[in-house]
Amino acid sequence: MSMTIALAGNPNSGKTTLFNALTGSNQHVGNWPGVTVERKEGQTRYGNQVYRVVDLPGTYSLGAFSEDEVVAREFIVSGNPDVVINVVDATNIERNLYLTTQLLEMGTKVVVALNMVDEAESREIHVDEKALAQRLGVPVIRTVASRRKGIDELMEAAIAVARVPLNGHVQLSYGESIDKRIEVLKGFLQGGDFRYPSSWLALKLLEGDSYAKKFVFENSNLRDLEEFSRFWDEVAVHEEEFQLEIVDSRYKFVGDITKDVVRRPGVAVETTTDKVDRVLTHKYWGMPIFAAIMFAIFQLTFAVGQDLLGEWMAVAIDYVGGALEGFLVGVNAPAWLIDFIGNGIVAGVGAVVEFVPLIVILYLLMGLLEDSGYMARAAYVMDNTMRAVGLQGKTFISMIVGFGCNVPGVMATRTLENKKDRMIAILINPFMSCGAKIPIYLVFIAAFFPSYGGLVLFSVYALGVAVAFLMGKIFSKTLFKGETSHFIMELPPYRKPTLSNVVRNMWDNVSGFLARAGTIILAVVSLLWVLAVLPLGVEPYGSASILGRIGQFIAPIFEPAGFGTWQAAVGLFSGIAAKEAVVATLGMVYAGVEAGTELVAAIREVFTPLTAVSFMVMTLLYTPCAATLGTIKKETGSAKWTLFSAFYSFGIAWVLSVLVFQVGRVLGFS
Amino acid sequence: MEYSSLITLREGDICKVARIQAGTTATRRLYEMGFNTGARVQVLKNDRGPIIVGLGGHKVALGRGLAEKMLVARAK
Repeated sequence: MSMTIALAGNPNSGKTTLFNALTGSNQHVGNWPGVTVERKEGQTRYGNQVYRVVDLPGTYSLGAFSEDEVVAREFIVSGNPDVVINVVDATNIERNLYLTTQLLEMGTKVVVALNMVDEAESREIHVDEKALAQRLGVPVIRTVASRRKGIDELMEAAIAVARVPLNGHVQLSYGESIDKRIEVLKGFLQGGDFRYPSSWLALKLLEGDSYAKKFVFENSNLRDLEEFSRFWDEVAVHEEEFQLEIVDSRYKFVGDITKDVVRRPGVAVETTTDKVDRVLTHKYWGMPIFAAIMFAIFQLTFAVGQDLLGEWMAVAIDYVGGALEGFLVGVNAPAWLIDFIGNGIVAGVGAVVEFVPLIVILYLLMGLLEDSGYMARAAYVMDNTMRAVGLQGKTFISMIVGFGCNVPGVMATRTLENKKDRMIAILINPFMSCGAKIPIYLVFIAAFFPSYGGLVLFSVYALGVAVAFLMGKIFSKTLFKGETSHFIMELPPYRKPTLSNVVRNMWDNVSGFLARAGTIILAVVSLLWVLAVLPLGVEPYGSASILGRIGQFIAPIFEPAGFGTWQAAVGLFSGIAAKEAVVATLGMVYAGVEAGTELVAAIREVFTPLTAVSFMVMTLLYTPCAATLGTIKKETGSAKWTLFSAFYSFGIAWVLSVLVFQVGRVLGFS
Repeated sequence: MEYSSLITLREGDICKVARIQAGTTATRRLYEMGFNTGARVQVLKNDRGPIIVGLGGHKVALGRGLAEKMLVARAK
């Protein structure tokens, strides 16, 4: 029966690094049921035993204020871990020990991993871990997770603590008036059969913990007791005051200990972080530097990810597709099967696979920025500008990611805790023109604006950002009225990114992308093929196929925008499946080939410069692809908002592309 | 005791947190991040955008509106 070890601690404490050091590649990322909080679990081997390790979300506290906190707390109290390793950042010790006191209050079996001691030493912060252990009543082990130091001792201590039965926990005093009330509440709670220790529940109730309140009142008749009601009403009057007093008491407890146990230099040493921040968060230089860094990321992602590696993948897919076809022909497989495999399955797989290098590079670069600590500065630098349009700094990060692909872009909105901020960020993300749309623009550029490629692309992207900002502002004043949350963000010290962390994180994200987006794209592209060749006997991708008929049916909508042909409609329709499919579909319906100069020539014949522009505007803004819609559904948990996203973006795209065409015609363009 | 709003302090000033007058959630969050009563705070950047303060070994950026609601006592 293997033991379960839970890892708890502040964000940026090195918890994830420790988790990676313990579990290596034996880890699995999923979701906690019912919430969008990530669940990381893995296995580690020590001695001859295998242990289960669960990485809880990083939190500053174990209250009930955010999904992260509730998930972490719930696992500790009801998930029955055999021991909790509390990762504490030695350079930030008071704030980190706050969580530790809460763990002690819960009576959990704890071992403290005093992490980042190397950094603390370099800042002349010395912690006497033996004294600390004595004061806390739990083992404290020095570790440097990024260099795998102290891991063995940590495991030893954890296993030892797991085996020893609990011998009572440290009791904090919260001041006379609160301590008294805790005793009274304990009295009331004693009768009931709750699964949490009554002293802890009593404390939580006084703290105004919404989860505890709900739990107690649903599982007991206390509310009916007159004595209790009177007591509770009196408490309610002081609720806020009590909350703050309790927090203060915890910090006092911590402060009394660190006063004796931690030695610091008299004057804080100005760190490298401070020096670098002078430049990176500079009043004037901060933004341009950020813009330059983002531009570099952008360039790298597309140059290496798409142009270079994407091309290799395309060649590889062609090769595999060709070999497969050859094999099938060789065994006299029926023509429809060869076509299905070749143009359905392989095309579908190809659409996804060619995109993977871009995603890999994007996640790697974003991961490096995140791990180094720069991302927090980026959010900081952009915050002012974003507030002017009803958004905030962290929203911008998700927008940047969206330029690569909207699927990770939407997921990146998880850092926005405020529901309003998050919903708006999700709804405007699709306006960030994703990498899959680039080939579409390139075809039209090649047909009509061959010498202005850069300018056209930039204008398209800029339009996307402008619409995103505009809609953000509108949403924040209408649908999602209410306060944008205040900016509160920790700026962690700059650290050299731990490469293994970054790569592992990238891998988690890419495999997640493949599993979700990949399957959707594959399924939908194959479906498109089926629609294009049925009913049997018609010319594939012709106007008589089901796909063609769908195109004819919807084509009139696009008349006012200048491209009311069934072929253009089919192209756009396929883009709802996957933006990667548009060029291939346009190729097949116009020219019988998937890409290349024939397609460009066909486009030149069927479109005009003006309609090319309006078509690109439509492409930029309209309904996001199925994979993105799927992600939106998952992240919002709401079909309503997913549908809203699909329709409103189409609406905006339609209005703007019609506007472009009609105004252009009036102005004399063609 | 003279309390000032955190936003009025200049770079380099040191102070101690007295009271936070923001909504419950924000106040609680700030408290638990280390801005509890008596916490020693040093202003690191206060020109444009969110203010950056040093707090027991780490740095936190706070929106100006929030900083306005944090009352502090100047210290050495």
